[in-house]
Amino acid sequence: MKKEKENGAQGALKRISGPVVTAVGLSAHMYDVVKVGNEELMGEVIKIQGDNTIIQVYEDTAGIRPGEPVSNTGLSLAVELGPGLLTSIYDGIQRPLEVLVDKMGNFIERGVSAPGLSHEKKWEFVPVMKAGDVVKAGDILGTVQETNIVHKVMVPPRSKGGKIKKIAGGNFTVDETICTFEDGTEIAMLQRWPVRVPRPVKQKLNPDIPLITGQRILDGLFPIAKGGTAAIPGPFGSGKTVTQQQLAKWSDAEIVVYIGCGERGNEMTEVLTEFPELEDPKTGRPLMERTVLIANTSNMPVAAREASVYTGITIAEYFRDMGYDVSLMADSTSRWAEAMREISSRLEEMPGEEGYPAYLAARLSEFYERAGRVITLNDASGSVSVIGAVSPPGGDFSEPVTQNTLRIVKVFWALDAKLSQRRHFPAINWLNSYSLYLDSLNEWYDREVSPEWNPLRSWAMGVLQKEAELQEIVQLVGSDALPDEEQITIEVARMIREIFLQQNAYDAVDTYCSMSKQYDMMKAIKHYADLARTAQLGGATPQQVVTIKSKNELPQIKFTRDYEPMLAKILKDMEAEFDAMRAA
Amino acid sequence: MKEYRTIAQIAGPLVFVEKTEPVGYSELVNIVTADGTVKRGQVLDTSDEIVVVQVFETTAGIGRDSGIRFTGETIKMPVGRDMLGRILSGGGKPIDGGPEIVPEKRLETTGAAINPYARAPPADFIQTGISTIDGTNTLVRGQKLPIFSASGLPHNDVALQIARQAKVPGSTEEFAVVFAAMGITREEANYFMADFEKTGALERAVVFLNLADDPAVERIITPRLALTTAEYLAFDLGYHVLVILTDMTNYCEALRQIGAAREEVPGRRGYPGYMYTDLASIYERAGIIKGVKGSVTQIPILTMPGDDITHPIPDLTGYITEGQIVVNRELHRKGIYAPINVLPSLSRLMNLGIGKGHTREDHKKVSDQLYAAYAEGNDLRGLVAIVGKDALSERDRMFLEFADLFEDRFVRQGLYEDRSIEETLDLGWDLLATLPEEQLVRIDRELIQKYHPKYRKKAQG
Repeated sequence: MKKEKENGAQGALKRISGPVVTAVGLSAHMYDVVKVGNEELMGEVIKIQGDNTIIQVYEDTAGIRPGEPVSNTGLSLAVELGPGLLTSIYDGIQRPLEVLVDKMGNFIERGVSAPGLSHEKKWEFVPVMKAGDVVKAGDILGTVQETNIVHKVMVPPRSKGGKIKKIAGGNFTVDETICTFEDGTEIAMLQRWPVRVPRPVKQKLNPDIPLITGQRILDGLFPIAKGGTAAIPGPFGSGKTVTQQQLAKWSDAEIVVYIGCGERGNEMTEVLTEFPELEDPKTGRPLMERTVLIANTSNMPVAAREASVYTGITIAEYFRDMGYDVSLMADSTSRWAEAMREISSRLEEMPGEEGYPAYLAARLSEFYERAGRVITLNDASGSVSVIGAVSPPGGDFSEPVTQNTLRIVKVFWALDAKLSQRRHFPAINWLNSYSLYLDSLNEWYDREVSPEWNPLRSWAMGVLQKEAELQEIVQLVGSDALPDEEQITIEVARMIREIFLQQNAYDAVDTYCSMSKQYDMMKAIKHYADLARTAQLGGATPQQVVTIKSKNELPQIKFTRDYEPMLAKILKDMEAEFDAMRAA
Repeated sequence: MKEYRTIAQIAGPLVFVEKTEPVGYSELVNIVTADGTVKRGQVLDTSDEIVVVQVFETTAGIGRDSGIRFTGETIKMPVGRDMLGRILSGGGKPIDGGPEIVPEKRLETTGAAINPYARAPPADFIQTGISTIDGTNTLVRGQKLPIFSASGLPHNDVALQIARQAKVPGSTEEFAVVFAAMGITREEANYFMADFEKTGALERAVVFLNLADDPAVERIITPRLALTTAEYLAFDLGYHVLVILTDMTNYCEALRQIGAAREEVPGRRGYPGYMYTDLASIYERAGIIKGVKGSVTQIPILTMPGDDITHPIPDLTGYITEGQIVVNRELHRKGIYAPINVLPSLSRLMNLGIGKGHTREDHKKVSDQLYAAYAEGNDLRGLVAIVGKDALSERDRMFLEFADLFEDRFVRQGLYEDRSIEETLDLGWDLLATLPEEQLVRIDRELIQKYHPKYRKKAQG
C-alpha cells in the first residue's frame, strides 16, 4: 500500500475492542485504508458515525491504546496487479506468504507489510503498440512472458488514454515507465485496483459456452458456463479436494485462482505442497505456472479473511481483462460469511437470520455477480467462472449461507458423503444437483457435439430419475417383483451410473473425457437400452437381456485412449447377440 | 504503577473502570481488593471513557474501593525447561507445592498463526495402541483430532490411554504431554493425576488444572497457556508434544458467559458469533514447521450436549479440526471399551501417515474393507429388527455376524492393552477372514495373497 500522508488527516484512537477500533478526528471515506497505532497496523474504514470512524484491523490489536495515532492513506484496499502474480501464494490482503516467512519467521506477527509483487524483478516487455498510436483505457500496450502464460500489459482502466509519445521494449521492473503519452502521462506495468470495486468491462455476454472440464457428470449432466457460477457443498470426506483439483487441472480455463478462506492450516499446507507438484496435463509444465493461491487459515485475522475473496476475484478479473478464461475457486464461502458475521456483531449491528448481518445476501450476490463472460475494454473476450464451496453447519442446507448462495448460483454440484462411502466417484449426487445453464448451452452442444446430445442427456436424466422411484419399490418388494420393462430400466440406470457417471481421477485415460467420447459412451448405453427394449417386446426375458456378454466390455472403453475400434466391436457384438436372441 | 479507584460498574466477571489514562487492548490487569488480595484480569475493551476488564478469578471481594493496576503489557507466560513434571493452576501458577517456574522466556499467550507457507505437511504415524484409532482413524503428528464424547462416557480413559501409549514406532525422539483441564471435577482431576503418577507419565508432562469450582473465566486462558507451553517445548526445545484439552465444552460455556455479561448479540444457541474464530485460535495451534524439530499434536475432548453432534460446539470444532473420534453410548452400554464408533469417526490426515514406509502397505485397504463391512453389517441390524434374522440371505447373515465380531474383538480392548499396528492390522485380517474371499472387493488380489490368514498360514507351514 502506498504511504500517502498528504491527503490523509491524522486522527487518534478512541476505543479498541478486538479487531474493531474507533478513531476520532479522522477525515475518512468508507473503505479507506488506514494505518492504526504506533505500529501502523493495516485497517479499513467500515463505518462512519459523526466524528467517530470505525475501522476493522487486519492484524491482532493486543496492546494498542487509546490515543495512539491513526492515519488515513486516502486509498481503498487495493491489490497490486502486474507481472509476478502467477505462481504467487498470498494471504488475504495480498502479502506474499513466502516473503512473510523471510521477514518475520515461521509465525505471522503483526505490523509487517509486504508488497504483492516484487518491485525489484525485471521483466522483458515487448511492445505491441508504437509511438503515435492512440490508445484508450484497457488497451494492450505490450506483453511479458510471465510463465508459459503471456501477461498482457494494459492501459489502466481509469486512465484517459492518449497518443503514445514513447514506448520501448526492454527489461523493466513493474514500477518503471514503459510508455509515455503526449500529455506526459507515464504508464508502468503495475496497476493498483480497489478490491471491492468490479473492474470495468465493455459488455457482459450471455453464458452460452460451457466450461469444459472433462468430467462426465459435470460436462454431460450439470454443465457450468464459462463465466458462470456454481456452488459445491463440502460435507466431511466427500472428496471435495479431488473434485477441485480435477477442475483446476482439466477445465479449459487458462488461469486458476484458488482462495483458501478460513480453512485448516494443515489442509492449506496440503494444497500449497500439492499444487506446485501438479502437472498441467496440457503443457506438461507445473500447474502453478498458471495459478494464484490465496491462503488465509482460520486463525489468521478475521478481517483479512473477509477481504480474501475480494482480493482473489480482483486478480481473476485482471486476467480476464487480458482476454483469458479464469476459473476461481473459493473454499469456503461459509467461512467468509462467518467473518462478516463476526465483524458485524462487533459493530453491534442488528443481526439477521442466525446472527448473520442483514446484508449477507447482498454481499454474496455482489460477489457472484462479478463472475461472467465479457467483452473487455480492449474488445477481447474473457471470463471469470466462480465455483464457491459452502460448508453448511451440521450438514443443514437450510442455513442462511447455503440458502442465499443457492438463490444466486446457477449450478449446484451436490457432493454426497454417502456416495463416497460407497466409493462412487466423483461423489456428486445426480438427483440433487442441477444446472440452470442447460437451456443457454443447448445451442453449443447442438453445434459442437451433436444435435442428438441434448435429447440423449434428457433421456439419461429420465432413466436415473425413474431408477430412484423404482428403488423405493425394490427395497420393499425386491427387484423380481418389478415388471420386465422396469427391470431393464434398473439395469440401464446401473450402466449410466457405473459406466458414465463414475470416473477415475487417478486413471491416466479416464481422468479426462472429451465431449465426443462422452457422447459416444452415452449413445452406446442408449443403443443397448433400445435393443433391450425391442428384444423384451419380442418376448425375451429380462434375465436374457441383462446377461448379454458384450455389454460387460463397455466399461473398458473408459480406460482406453483410442477407444473407437473397441466400441465399434462391442456394438457389433451386442447387435449379434440380440439377433441371436431373436432367432432363438 | 498507577492505581485507579474509579470502578464504575461490576457485572459478573466484568469490571468497568472509568477515567483512566490510555490502556492497551488485551493488557494484563491486577485488581487489589480491600483485604490486599490481588486478582488478575485482562482488558476486553478499551476507550478514553471506560475500560472493560474481564477478571479471571471470582469477582467476590471486588468493590468500588478496589484498586486497579494496569500492567502495561499483555498476558505473557513464563516458560522454562523445568516445567516438565509440574502441576499448575488454570492461571499458570504452580499448585504442586514446588518452587516457582524459572522462566527462560516469557511468551505471548495469544499465539501468532503459523504461516501456512512455513508449515510442513504431517506425515508421521502415531501409534496409540488403540485399534479403532490406529487401524481406522489414524492419528499423525501435527494433527488436531478431537474426541467427541458425551456425559457418562469413558472419554477420560480413552484420553489417558492415548497419553500413556502414544509413540512413533521406531523413533526415540523425546515425547512430552501437556494436559489442560478446564472445569473438570476434582475427582476427575485426581483420576488423571493418579494415572500420570502411576505410569510415570508425569515426569514428561505439564499439567494445567482449572477445576469445576475454579472461576469459569479462567478457562478462557487455560488452553492458551497450555498451548504456549506446548509450542515452547516443541519449537524451542524440539519435543514432540501431545496436548490434551478437556473439556472444551466448559471452555465454550465460559465464552458464552462472557459474551452474555458484555451484552453481545448472541449467535447460534446463545454462543458468541466469534466462537468459530476463537476456537480456531486454539485448535490451529497444532502442526509441524519446516526445518524445525518438534511438533504439536492436539487431542481436545468435548462432551456433546444431549449427544447432539450438530450442536454448535462439536459442529464448529469439526470444521476446524482434522476429523473426530466419536465415543458412542450404545457401545458403552454393551460393555465394550473403548467405545469408539468408527462410522462417524474420521481422520482427515490418515492417508498422509499410513501405508508403505509409514505403517504397512495393506493398511489403507484393510481399513476401507473393515469400514465397509462393518457399515453393511450395522445397516442390516436395522433390517433384522423389522424382518427377523431368518429373512436374511446367507450373505447378509455373514455381514451381520461380522459387525458383532468387529465390535467384540476389534473395538473391544483392555484399558492397558497396547496393540502394535501390526497386531491391529493382523486382527483386522483375522476378522475379514470370516467373510468369503470374493466379498473382500476393496482389497487387491495381491495383498490378499500376502496377508490373508489362509495364505499366511500356508506360507508359514
